Amino acid sequence: MSTTIQQLPSYLETFLQLQKQSPVHHQDSWLKGVREAAFTSFCQLGFPTLRDEDWRFTSVAPIANTDFQLAEVASGSVTEKDVAPYRLEGLTAQLVFVNGRFAPRLSRLPETLKGLEISSLAEASETHRALVEKHLARYADSDKEAFTALNTAFFEDGAFISIPRGLALQEPIYLLYLNTGGSSPQIASPRNLIVAGENSQATILEDYVSLAPGVSLTNVVTELVAADQAVLHHYRIERESTEAFHVSTLSIQQERSSTVNSHSVLTGGALVRNNIQPVLAGEGGNCLINGLFISNGKQHLDNYMHVEHRSPHCGSHQFYNGILDGESRGVFHGRILVCQDAQQTDSKQTNRNLLLSDTAQMDTKPQLEIFADDVKCTHSATIGQIDEVALFYLRSRGLDEAAAKGLLLFAFASECLDRMSPGPIRNYVSKIILRALPQAKQSEETL
Amino acid sequence: MSMLEIKNLHVRIENREILKGLNLTVNAGEVHSIMGPNGSGKSTLAQVLARRENYVVTEGEILLDGKDLLAMKPEDAACEGVFMAFQYPIEIAGISNVYFLRSALNAIRKYHGKKEMDAMDFMPFYKSKMKLLEVDESFMTRSVNEGFSGGEKKRNEILQMALLEPKLCILDETDSGLDIDALRIVANGVNAMRSPDRATIVITHYQRLLDYIVPDFVHVLVDGRIVKSGGKELALTLEEQGYVGVEAEARATAVAV
Repeated sequence: MSTTIQQLPSYLETFLQLQKQSPVHHQDSWLKGVREAAFTSFCQLGFPTLRDEDWRFTSVAPIANTDFQLAEVASGSVTEKDVAPYRLEGLTAQLVFVNGRFAPRLSRLPETLKGLEISSLAEASETHRALVEKHLARYADSDKEAFTALNTAFFEDGAFISIPRGLALQEPIYLLYLNTGGSSPQIASPRNLIVAGENSQATILEDYVSLAPGVSLTNVVTELVAADQAVLHHYRIERESTEAFHVSTLSIQQERSSTVNSHSVLTGGALVRNNIQPVLAGEGGNCLINGLFISNGKQHLDNYMHVEHRSPHCGSHQFYNGILDGESRGVFHGRILVCQDAQQTDSKQTNRNLLLSDTAQMDTKPQLEIFADDVKCTHSATIGQIDEVALFYLRSRGLDEAAAKGLLLFAFASECLDRMSPGPIRNYVSKIILRALPQAKQSEETL
Repeated sequence: MSMLEIKNLHVRIENREILKGLNLTVNAGEVHSIMGPNGSGKSTLAQVLARRENYVVTEGEILLDGKDLLAMKPEDAACEGVFMAFQYPIEIAGISNVYFLRSALNAIRKYHGKKEMDAMDFMPFYKSKMKLLEVDESFMTRSVNEGFSGGEKKRNEILQMALLEPKLCILDETDSGLDIDALRIVANGVNAMRSPDRATIVITHYQRLLDYIVPDFVHVLVDGRIVKSGGKELALTLEEQGYVGVEAEARATAVAV
């Protein structure tokens, strides 16, 4: 009898070592079993390859081939001065995470409202164990998704937000994730859990930034649960350094008549994958997936969404705009699954892209899988250049070419901004977009 | 010196010659109308004057107050005082009229070394022009031409012209698609701008607009050349007799040449 020994990918060796070093691996916690199962799943799945349909356009070989270390505990070296440029003035709830770990010294927490919890997940998994256990790792799928499995196995901390039934939070909650970068590649795995009770309402912003250049991997998973009638506005800004790898997964569970508006703005990173995965589990739910990505140089930004309509009378609307320059690559991969029971589904997918150079490349793949027979589903995708006639029109009124281009690009990006609710977050995002569009810089002072 | 001198202008687009030796002189204070059948080159002339780049000038010159207009980019021509009201104004979603116009006005002011106008000064100025064009104030915050009716778009063109105060106004078939009320409003706007320092070129297919904007000179453009010039009566003759007569005349001349 002979046994064949399959050649294991070399990165598994690295991650086995990392698992041994990981502090959470040695913790005696109710999570231990969950983590071990996830790690086993990661070992079985391995990193996705181009042969995986959902990863056709994005090779994660650069991640698999990097010899990572666990991100150092660096919160002591980060000062208020480092955080200052990212402060969103006027907001009382600002949680800061350094390399995936909560930094209380840099955070600002609001006075507690009855039943409202805004804290570190590490802490909450002890103090609010029942609630955390009920939801954590229930929506993000470690059995099928390697990066989710990796996050579940390694996460140390993240944000925990629980909005009690009936509470409408007026002020947004700002979550800032700082990546300290550095000379040796490090991996951070923030994990967030957001639970919105019945009839509650909240706005949450996740913002990912690098404090210094350097190869790194931020592998983040956010699970968001919207109970009946809850209304949640979720924003994700990714603007890490152009050497950073960033994989993020937002798993959304929507109950009856809930509304979730997800807004993503990607401008940074060398290799970025942003997964938005709502499940419309209850009747009458509505989900908006709004996104903008701006790439340049050799950046690769992949926007993946998988919407699952499980119940009737739900709506999901995806709008993604891409602006690509240099030799960058963009991917839009939107998949809508309408299950047999999900009659009266109203689903729309729109992806519009502008290529600013001959060497930029865009792959767009809208996908519909429909098993119900009474639904309205549409999708469309366009890839084009700046409209020469519009450019001439603006120039013929006196604007120089750069200003005219900047105006047109900002107008294109504004389609995404217009879908955000007016307020401090939209203003903040608008400034980030202007900075990412160098051509639009001169418009900044007048806005 | 004349404000505008066009000498022996030859223009091609995509290897087809459209203008074939056009000559035209326009002085400050004058209103010239260029009429002609479809495809004669009227709009090409307007586009070239506004410096649209895909029109290739193969021969001839254009002087604007003695400066070489053909060496100018569209924005330079605009800053030097050329304004073309588009036949088909462009819709630009996401940019409000007020933002666009203030940016344009300030670009022109900057070019002339003037201080930029802030929002406080700009608003009353903008509002006074809106009144002239009988435009609702909601225009300001609407995106440039987006969802505008045909008439609103044309009024917006003349509103822009009134704000930017060019010295050479070119109206490219501004009357097309307008009902009589809109035509009257647009013409009022144009007439309000007539001044000894300003010249206007009205390009049109029909005489109707010229009842409201009365030209000093009328030129007939056929097959890339001006074949006949005259006073405002010429427009009336054309209206009665059509372009057939002048076209035949032009062909006869071309053969004779």
